[in-house]
Amino acid sequence: MTSPLPKPIIDLTGITKSFGTFQALKGINATINEGEFFSLLGPSGCGKTTLLRMIAGFETPTDGTIVIAGQDMAGVPANRRPTNMVFQSYAIFPHLSVAENVGYGLKTRKLPKAEIAQEVEQALQMVDLGGLGSRAAHELSGGQRQRVALARALVMKPKVVLLDEPLSALDKKLRDQMQVELRQLQQRLGITFILVTHDQEEALTMSDRIAVMFDGRIAQLATPEELYRRPVDRRVASFIGVMNFLDARATGRMNGHLALDIPALGSIELPSAQVPEGLDLRNLETIGIRPEMLTILFDGSEQTEHVVRGEVTGTAYYGDMTYYSVRLPGHAEDVTISMRNTAGRSIVPPGSEVPVGWGADSIVLFQ
Amino acid sequence: MKSALKAFPAKWLAVYAVAYMVFLYAPVILLPMFAFNDATVISFPLTGFTAKWFGVLWQTEALHGALRNSLVVGLSSAVLSTVLGACAARAANRYRFPLKRGIMSFILLPLVLPEIILAVALLVLLMQLGMPLSLVTVVLGHVLICTPFAIAILSSAFQGLDQSLEEASFDLGETRWGTFRRVILPLVMPGVVSSLLITFTISLDEFIIAFFLTGTEVTLPVYIWSQLRFPGKLPSVMALGTILLVLSVLLLILAEWFRRRSAKKQGIEASATGGFA
Repeated sequence: MTSPLPKPIIDLTGITKSFGTFQALKGINATINEGEFFSLLGPSGCGKTTLLRMIAGFETPTDGTIVIAGQDMAGVPANRRPTNMVFQSYAIFPHLSVAENVGYGLKTRKLPKAEIAQEVEQALQMVDLGGLGSRAAHELSGGQRQRVALARALVMKPKVVLLDEPLSALDKKLRDQMQVELRQLQQRLGITFILVTHDQEEALTMSDRIAVMFDGRIAQLATPEELYRRPVDRRVASFIGVMNFLDARATGRMNGHLALDIPALGSIELPSAQVPEGLDLRNLETIGIRPEMLTILFDGSEQTEHVVRGEVTGTAYYGDMTYYSVRLPGHAEDVTISMRNTAGRSIVPPGSEVPVGWGADSIVLFQ
Repeated sequence: MKSALKAFPAKWLAVYAVAYMVFLYAPVILLPMFAFNDATVISFPLTGFTAKWFGVLWQTEALHGALRNSLVVGLSSAVLSTVLGACAARAANRYRFPLKRGIMSFILLPLVLPEIILAVALLVLLMQLGMPLSLVTVVLGHVLICTPFAIAILSSAFQGLDQSLEEASFDLGETRWGTFRRVILPLVMPGVVSSLLITFTISLDEFIIAFFLTGTEVTLPVYIWSQLRFPGKLPSVMALGTILLVLSVLLLILAEWFRRRSAKKQGIEASATGGFA
C-alpha cells in the first residue's frame, strides 16, 4: 500500500448467482485495487468460491457486472481473461513434466521455444524450484505441486492471480511457511492476488483487505486490523478470533459520551468516537471484548482503568499463552481471558478468586 | 458371514479352485495339442509332432479371404464402437441430462442380451429395410455388441479425469479443442487403446451375429464353422484355433497393460472393478 491513491483493478457490481432455487450470491459489491492482496473469507457454502470462479470465468453471474482492468467481462471466456488461477487440487497436468506444466500457457501464445524455456526457468526460480523443470509431475511433494501451480499462473503475467484455498492441502508447518512466502512474493511482484479461504488466521496474516462473507453476502470488507478491532456484527466477531460476548444496555447519551450498563463488568461511559455510526441504541443488547483485552491482575501488574473480581474455573496451557475461563458475577457464561506466560508468572489454579482488569476503549459495539 | 467362511474348510476351496481351472482350461489345452499332432483323426494317443497343419493353413486361399474379412470387420467395429463409446462415456461423466440413468442402462443392455436374439432381430430388421447382407451389416451388428464394452472401459478412463485439469488448461488460454488435444486425449489414450484392442478381439471371435448377417463373404469364425463338416480339415482348424487363441490372449494382456498404465498416469490405483481383462 505504497501508492497514495489505490487504483481499482476489479469492480464487482450487484452480483447475484442462483442455482435453481438456491441463491449462492445475493448482491455482491466490491472494488479490488491494483497490487492488493485481497481475501474472500467465510465458512464453506458462503459463496466465496463461486465468486472467485466467476472472476476467473468458469461461472456466469445471474445478474450484475464484473469489470477487470476497465473491461466488462460479460461474454469473455476464461481463456481470454487477464486472470490466472491456482486450483485447490493444483490441477497439475499429470502427463507433463514440471517445465511443460509451467510453459503450458505460454505455448498457446505461440512464443518461440527458447523464450518459453527462459520464462519457465525464471518462474520456477521465483517459487524456489529452479532446476527442477525436468521432474515428472508425480515425483513432486504436495508443497512442490503448489509451487508449480503458482509458477504456472505467474508465468502468464496475469493482472490478477486467483487462489482457491491453495494451502488447505498442506500440513500446518508447511502452510505457515507458504503463507509468508506467498505474501512476500505478492509484494515483490506487485500483482493483485485474490485468495479464497475459510481459515481466518490465514486471511489475517496475508491480506491487505478481507471481505468476510456469510450466506452469499459480504458482511464486512475491511483491513485485517479493522476486522479484528471493530467487527460489525456478532457473526463476524466470532468468526475472526475469539470474542467474549456480554449482555449490555445503553442507559443514556450525554455530553459526547454513551452510558452503558454491563452487568458483568459494571457501568461505564464510552466516548462517542467508539460508537459506530448508525447504531440503534435501543437494539443494543450485547457488547464484545477480546480475551487479550481482559487482564488477570498479578502482583505488580500495570494498572487498568477498571477492575472486577472473578473466579477461575479452568485453564488451557498453550506454551506462550495461557487461556483462563473466568466466571464473572452477573454473567451466566464464563469469559475467556488470555495471558502471556512471562517470566515469574505462574498459572493460577482453578477455584482462585482473581482481580480482572479491563479498559473501556476495548469494548466493541455491534450494529 | 465371517463365521460361515470359517466353517468352510480352506482345503475344499482349494480343491474347488483347481477343479474349476481344469474344467475351464483343459479343453483349451487340447487345441494346441492336436494342432501339432501328426494325425488326421482327433484322438488319443498322440502320434507325433508336426507343424504341417500350419502349412496347410498357409496354402488355403479361402482362409486368407476370411482372415482379410475378419480384419476389416474387426478394425471397423473397433474404431466405430470406440468413438461411440468415448462420446457416451464423456457425456455420462460430464453432463447431467434427463433420463440419464435409463439411457445409459439401455446402451449397456446388449452386454446381457442373448446374442442369438439380437442376431435374429437384426436380420429381420435388415430384411425389412431391404438392406443386402454384407460385411457392412456384420460391422453394424458388431458395433452394437462392442459399444457397451467400449463405454465401460472408457468410463473408468474419463472418470479418473479431474475436471479442474480442463479448467486449468482453459484458464491458461487454451481453446476447447486445444484442451481436448493437449490434456484430455493424452490422459484417456491408454483407455482408448485398451478399448480398441478389446472390441477388436470381441469382433474377431464373434460367430452368431457374423453368421446371421454376413452375405457371401464370411469372417474367420464362420469359415471355421463351415470347415468343421470336413473331418480331414479338422487338424488345420485346430491349428487356426491355436493361432486365434494366442492372438486373443496377447491382445487382452496388452489391453489390460494399457488400462493399468492409464490408471497409473492419473495417479489412481488400477482396481479390479475398473476393467474387463
